[in-house]
Amino acid sequence: MKARIAHIASNTFREAVRDRVLYNLIAFALLLSGAAVLVGQISIEIEKLVVINLGLTAVSLFGVVIAIFIGIGLVSKEIEKRTLYTVLSRPVRRWEFIVGKFFGLAGTLVVNTFFMAIGVFAALFYVSRTFVRADAMIFVALYFIVLEFLIICSLSLLFSSFSSPLLSAVFAFSLFVIGSFAEDLRNFAGMAHGVSRWFATGAAYLVPNFSAFNVITSIAHEQPVAGQLILQNTLYALFYAIMALSGAVLIFEHRDLK
Amino acid sequence: MKYRRKITMVAGVCLLLSLTASSLVLHHIDHLRPQATLDEVLFISSPTVIKRASLGYDGLMACIYWTRAVQYFGSRHHYSASSYNLLAPLLEITTHLDPHLLVAYEFGTSFLAPKPPFGAGQPERAIALMQYGILNNPDNWRLYYDLGFVYYMELKDYKNAAETFERGSHVPNAHPFLKILAAQMAQHAGEYQTARMLWSATYQSTQDEQIKRNALRHLRALRVDEDVQRLQEGVTRFGERTGRLPSSMSELLAAEGIAGTPADPDGHPYKMTPEGRIEVRVPDDFPFATKGLPPGYKPKYQDL
Repeated sequence: MKARIAHIASNTFREAVRDRVLYNLIAFALLLSGAAVLVGQISIEIEKLVVINLGLTAVSLFGVVIAIFIGIGLVSKEIEKRTLYTVLSRPVRRWEFIVGKFFGLAGTLVVNTFFMAIGVFAALFYVSRTFVRADAMIFVALYFIVLEFLIICSLSLLFSSFSSPLLSAVFAFSLFVIGSFAEDLRNFAGMAHGVSRWFATGAAYLVPNFSAFNVITSIAHEQPVAGQLILQNTLYALFYAIMALSGAVLIFEHRDLK
Repeated sequence: MKYRRKITMVAGVCLLLSLTASSLVLHHIDHLRPQATLDEVLFISSPTVIKRASLGYDGLMACIYWTRAVQYFGSRHHYSASSYNLLAPLLEITTHLDPHLLVAYEFGTSFLAPKPPFGAGQPERAIALMQYGILNNPDNWRLYYDLGFVYYMELKDYKNAAETFERGSHVPNAHPFLKILAAQMAQHAGEYQTARMLWSATYQSTQDEQIKRNALRHLRALRVDEDVQRLQEGVTRFGERTGRLPSSMSELLAAEGIAGTPADPDGHPYKMTPEGRIEVRVPDDFPFATKGLPPGYKPKYQDL
């Protein structure tokens, strides 16, 4: 079972690399080196802030876009190309296919994030000429970004398991936007009464809460992140990703592929 | 193969030519519409809406808005503009997006508070900005210092200045001069003495080269103001005693018992006009001086 999942995951990773997904690193490198060189000349005293904010925002946004646009095609493309039937005709269970695809995409994003992180630290060294202890907190921000990717990957797969790529992209992107407003939704639920309160509370817990993962601004100001938040965010991302993957498996298991 | 190479050549040349041509045309269009890109337009003025629209990436948005504020102020300041309508909203958006962006409060105040052409002449907005800064960063003594500075320098509001310096002096690790400033404000001590102390404190407490340079310019201007006022008072006294103006600077100095030749911080001796006015030789060297300048003199553009 493990070998089959690992095989599907490595194939997904290879396919993503073949699709030139990692080319985004070039755009990222250009963006960051441009910002590192230029920002000191057009602004005042925010060189380091810009490098951290821009670097981590770019890591997050590039990853979200990759997660959505690769994730939405993972199942539907296999059906369209009819390669899924070849895979499933072998001793591969449907759920193994979904989980393998998830790990493949997540692996692609982790590798992508690793290279981008090198870029962020290189740009940071260029503007600061030194590293301080607080810079280590950037790893926490990167870790939270990866956790965010896990959720988005699982959601993209969930939508991909029953919908067309276009609709899946719309759903996944909408959830990303709504997830960024999750705390507002919770505040709204707190103010609402009756049925709307139940509805809003339910929706607030159902949509992913991405705002909890966003510590970029705090890290840029060298503010520490509580260990409890790291632990809770890890658990939340794992539970949420497992929930969405389970949904994808459930749908895919019962899907008529004939 | 030969045909493909030909097409590649033609397409490549076309690409380069059209790129050059479009850039040239755009350059001409920019000349036809000067300042078009810097029009006083803020499409979204609500900080809350911008914060929501940033999808959580508000730190980066704050940096973008701060850069925009710096660019806006720099361009308006360069042309010695008399109005800075967008400056306060841009700073408010910046600080709303990132309430811990201290640089936006510190520089923002020095952009907003001074009278044009040195600033926007909006000390009330500067005070509101600093109060928001203190609310979000109550442990930063520099913000109290900057707020007290605006109260004193721009509004001559001794009561609030004293109170602000006093509050700041209680912040952990606050610089000891805040206590002295609070006492001095409460006593309404001499203007020059207090102003010199404030600018000296600014000079000593900042790491930023631009702020240091600005403080130094103000200190130089203060010395000119003080010297000119002292000499001008001498001219008045001379007139009261003799019923005429001193015929030369040396006559004035002899009558006042001043040894040596009084000179500005650059070593240029002050001059006396036939109307008995004391003036500096090179007014452009002292952009912040308020005394000793020729009538109708307008300071040239100076960076911060």
